[in-house]
Amino acid sequence: MLRATLKSLMSRKLRLVLSGLAVVLGVMFVAGAFVLTDTLGRSFTSLFSTAYANTDVQVAAKSKVATGVGNDQGVASLPGSLVDTVRQVPGVASATGEVQVDGARVIGHNGKVVTTYGAPQFGMNWTGGGFAQLEPGSRAPAADDEIVINAGLAKTADLKIGDQVSVLTLEPKKTFTLVGIFGYSGGRDSLGGEQSVAFTTPVAQQLMLGTPDAYSDVDVRAGPGVSDSALRDRVATAVGGDYQVKTGKQLADDASAGFQKALSFFNYVLLGFAGVALFVGIFLILNTFSIIVAQRVRELALMRSLGASRRQIINSVLLEALVIGTIASVLGLGAGIGVGALLAYLFANLGASGLHLAGIGVPASAVIASFAVGVVITLVAATLPALRAARVAPIAAMREVAATDRPLTRVTVAGSVVTAAGIGVLGVGLAGDGGDATLWAILGGVLVSFIGVALLTPLIGRPVVSVLGRLFAWSVPGQLGRRNSARNPRRTAITAAALMVGLALITGVNVILTSATSSIHNVADTQVSADLVISGEGGNSSIPPTFDKAVLDKTRSTPGVAQVAGFYHDQARVDGKVTGVDAVDDPQALRDMFGLSAKSGTIGTEGSGQLIVDEKQATSLGLHVGSQVPVQLTRGDARTFTVTGIYRDNDVYAGWVLSAADVSGFRSAQPQQAMIKLTPGADVNSVKTAVNGLLADSPGINVADRTEYVDQQTSQFNTILTMIQILLALAILIAVLGIVNTLALSVLERTRELGLLRAIGLRRAQAMRMVTVEAVVISVFGALLGLAVGSGLGAAVVRALRDQGFTVLAFPWSRMALYLVLAAAVGVVAAILPAIRAAKVNVLAAIAYE
Amino acid sequence: MTRTPGTITASSTGVAARATDVWKVYGAGEAQVVALRSVSVELRRGQFTAIMGPSGSGKSTLMHCLAGLDTVTRGEVSIGATKLAGLSDAGLTKLRRDQVGFIFQQFNLLPTLTAEENILLPLSIAGRKPDPAWYDTVIETVGLRERLHHRPSQLSGGQQQRVACARALVSRPEVVFADEPTGNLDSRSGAEVLGFLRHSVRDFGQTIVMVTHDPNAASYADRVIFLADGEVVTELREPTADAVLETMKRIDVLAASRDGDV
Repeated sequence: MLRATLKSLMSRKLRLVLSGLAVVLGVMFVAGAFVLTDTLGRSFTSLFSTAYANTDVQVAAKSKVATGVGNDQGVASLPGSLVDTVRQVPGVASATGEVQVDGARVIGHNGKVVTTYGAPQFGMNWTGGGFAQLEPGSRAPAADDEIVINAGLAKTADLKIGDQVSVLTLEPKKTFTLVGIFGYSGGRDSLGGEQSVAFTTPVAQQLMLGTPDAYSDVDVRAGPGVSDSALRDRVATAVGGDYQVKTGKQLADDASAGFQKALSFFNYVLLGFAGVALFVGIFLILNTFSIIVAQRVRELALMRSLGASRRQIINSVLLEALVIGTIASVLGLGAGIGVGALLAYLFANLGASGLHLAGIGVPASAVIASFAVGVVITLVAATLPALRAARVAPIAAMREVAATDRPLTRVTVAGSVVTAAGIGVLGVGLAGDGGDATLWAILGGVLVSFIGVALLTPLIGRPVVSVLGRLFAWSVPGQLGRRNSARNPRRTAITAAALMVGLALITGVNVILTSATSSIHNVADTQVSADLVISGEGGNSSIPPTFDKAVLDKTRSTPGVAQVAGFYHDQARVDGKVTGVDAVDDPQALRDMFGLSAKSGTIGTEGSGQLIVDEKQATSLGLHVGSQVPVQLTRGDARTFTVTGIYRDNDVYAGWVLSAADVSGFRSAQPQQAMIKLTPGADVNSVKTAVNGLLADSPGINVADRTEYVDQQTSQFNTILTMIQILLALAILIAVLGIVNTLALSVLERTRELGLLRAIGLRRAQAMRMVTVEAVVISVFGALLGLAVGSGLGAAVVRALRDQGFTVLAFPWSRMALYLVLAAAVGVVAAILPAIRAAKVNVLAAIAYE
Repeated sequence: MTRTPGTITASSTGVAARATDVWKVYGAGEAQVVALRSVSVELRRGQFTAIMGPSGSGKSTLMHCLAGLDTVTRGEVSIGATKLAGLSDAGLTKLRRDQVGFIFQQFNLLPTLTAEENILLPLSIAGRKPDPAWYDTVIETVGLRERLHHRPSQLSGGQQQRVACARALVSRPEVVFADEPTGNLDSRSGAEVLGFLRHSVRDFGQTIVMVTHDPNAASYADRVIFLADGEVVTELREPTADAVLETMKRIDVLAASRDGDV
């Protein structure tokens, strides 16, 4: 029996390749994700230990507003006197006050900010020590208008010694003379793509910390014979509990642990998409095995009549699956290692220049996951066909096998039940009643719904395929192709359902994002009366771009401007909780432009020491007009603010609003955003041009009209969508393989028919057209299903989030049409190989008996 | 039987298909198999010709070569006025479409099409409309009018084969090739099909070439050509089943004596 199975397997290599390919691709994704994250993880661990190699002990200030988000370092500063305190500690060889804060942005030759791919842009004081080494011809910054930069930044921005370089910091643009370029030990020109600008110490303190004689940290070197940890404990005792004291190794470990956490999240995202690809792969394998079992009915019946038990038949099919799954896992693992290594290489050389890749490693998790996933998926998918194979009656060997058209009742009932269950679970998830399980409920609901719809597909397929077929059936080959696609509803259905999954997810996300965009536009147009917005272009450093406060007043005096509200944002601890706060220089303008109305107290009059808040938060915190609220801003001591107004809940604005009089406590005392309202009849474009002129010295800040601004805010949706499309491309690719597979096996199965058609005069091109029409009908059907299911999912999510501001349900019609057209194109492509095979059918061999 | 090349054109109007000194050799060297050995036959228009011979005699190969399904190693085959040698696949396809009809042992109907659609398939592929009168005549003759909208799976074997016959005739081909048309039928259905074939020759002047090993089937033909070891051994005109059977019994002797002559 074993030998018979293996021989049968080897005799059909095509089948092996086709059904294995889906598993290979899925496993490749899984293994690639593990290898990539493992390699990057080790590379960054080595990077961090390099970065802290020369640090024995570091003293850092604890942030007053511990946000827990990103890098708190730099938000807090320690007084210069502390350096002396540390220096006095026995065993300390040297103690150096260091400024090193993310947010120094160099302006390139093109007048734009030089960006990194997510790596920090440090502004620091030049201490001359540490592991930074000046290149020949460089010198340390001696005057306040001199800087040195790291070699990576110099290369990226094409800067040379002697150049005048403009830098954005907490303060608006300042221009310096570049006097030196430095690299790091080991010949690195950057640590993981980081950009650093080093000033003289007083300038760094002013620009990066906003406080004279303050530092981010104190770098401590141990004297001879003093261990790092002993020194750490001594220093910690000396400075007291207000500061964080760690050894260099601890710092490296902490940084690397934080990065590993981010990486493992990234890994989960990749694995999620790999899961979708494998889910689609199940459809493909299931279909392949079903078709193979159908084609082998005579062979299986013969085995049964020769005495093989049902169990043996099941085992023979499962054994085949096991062999395919194992081979595919090995190949997928190999390919995954290659892909992971390639991506890591691309990341190191395109994204973060200067990241020295650690050797490509294959973590055990990659191997285990690859085999577990590959083998299990194949076996699960083959179970149903195996059971069907076991039901073949021995008598089938003796009679002409007629294609049994089994009724669809059972599968339809099952499909309805499963779909209903899926929708139910999804509903629970969307209603948000699931608590921690909400996300799982949504994901599970979507998954179960997919399976349910897939089961319903044969039934839906009949009328839809018939209608679709008519569109393509203007010629005889077209009609033949149409009938072929309606011939085996289950086969067509599963093939189409595989395509549905990927497309439904893409469409669903699309509907949600389109609705979000429309909702934002809708709200902005109906509820915000600002005509122009001054804002930064995002940027990835922890200090968002700011502009000179003077611009606000100059804008106010620009002809055509009625009102200007300048905004300052920061994190603060309000009533014990870390939250974002706004400060506004013209509270009345804010009130007018967002249409805020007072629930109690007054809105638009707040001054120093006063704040207003939205109704929802006031209620949940039990605040009322006159309440005293403790607020700890980034700088200065905690203060008590008085609630002077509570405004009604609305769709556009919420949160704590302070007066600009208290902005000295903010991290940056420069505005980040401004809303401008024009006088009636003023020309938007001419005002815009005038304001743009005022912003000439603020790269990274621009002025946009309301529509442009909303478009800028929603442009990230397109990025998200593109990422999802790329990641789901593999699932789509597997679905296309499924179409190829189904057609190839069908062509094989219908060799005799093709021979007959060719014998009675069907031309090769016509035979190819026949196969192509079948492929297009299947793929367009799958696409329609995907669009329908995706629209349903998206609409459900949008409805569920109605209270969160999704006021408009909008469908991306043009994109959906594009997907449909692409699906038809995909069908044509998928048909190429099977069609060639069909055209090559040897007429004589096909019609000869036996 | 033997012809001189000069007469081909002169008599071509009366000939539906012709093979001249046809050789078909498979393989090479040690493994070489000669399926047809200098076969020359001429199939007159309006005649029902049967090709008989024991298994491996080359009768199916001869038919495939005559029908343009297979190429010959040497010699010349023509259907009507068209010489097959040198025709491309497209040319052969067109020839089969327009001038040849096929009837197979396995019926070979398309399961997705109704009987009527199957019958009209060659015309649809060619993009032609059937001649309504002729179509009616064919349907009437095969006696399938009640069953035109059934699928092949809803028809008996005999009915399926009659659909196949109608399909072969409806395009009025130069010649219809039938490969063991009764091989899969019981004797009564077989008799119906054979009667229908003879009828179409007598009444419509159709040319039919049938390969068979059933003497009874062969007795429906106007002429029976006997093959053995790839060579034409002898032939009978207006045969009876008994005469055919008698010839088949002596075929090895005939083949041997013929070899002796050469």
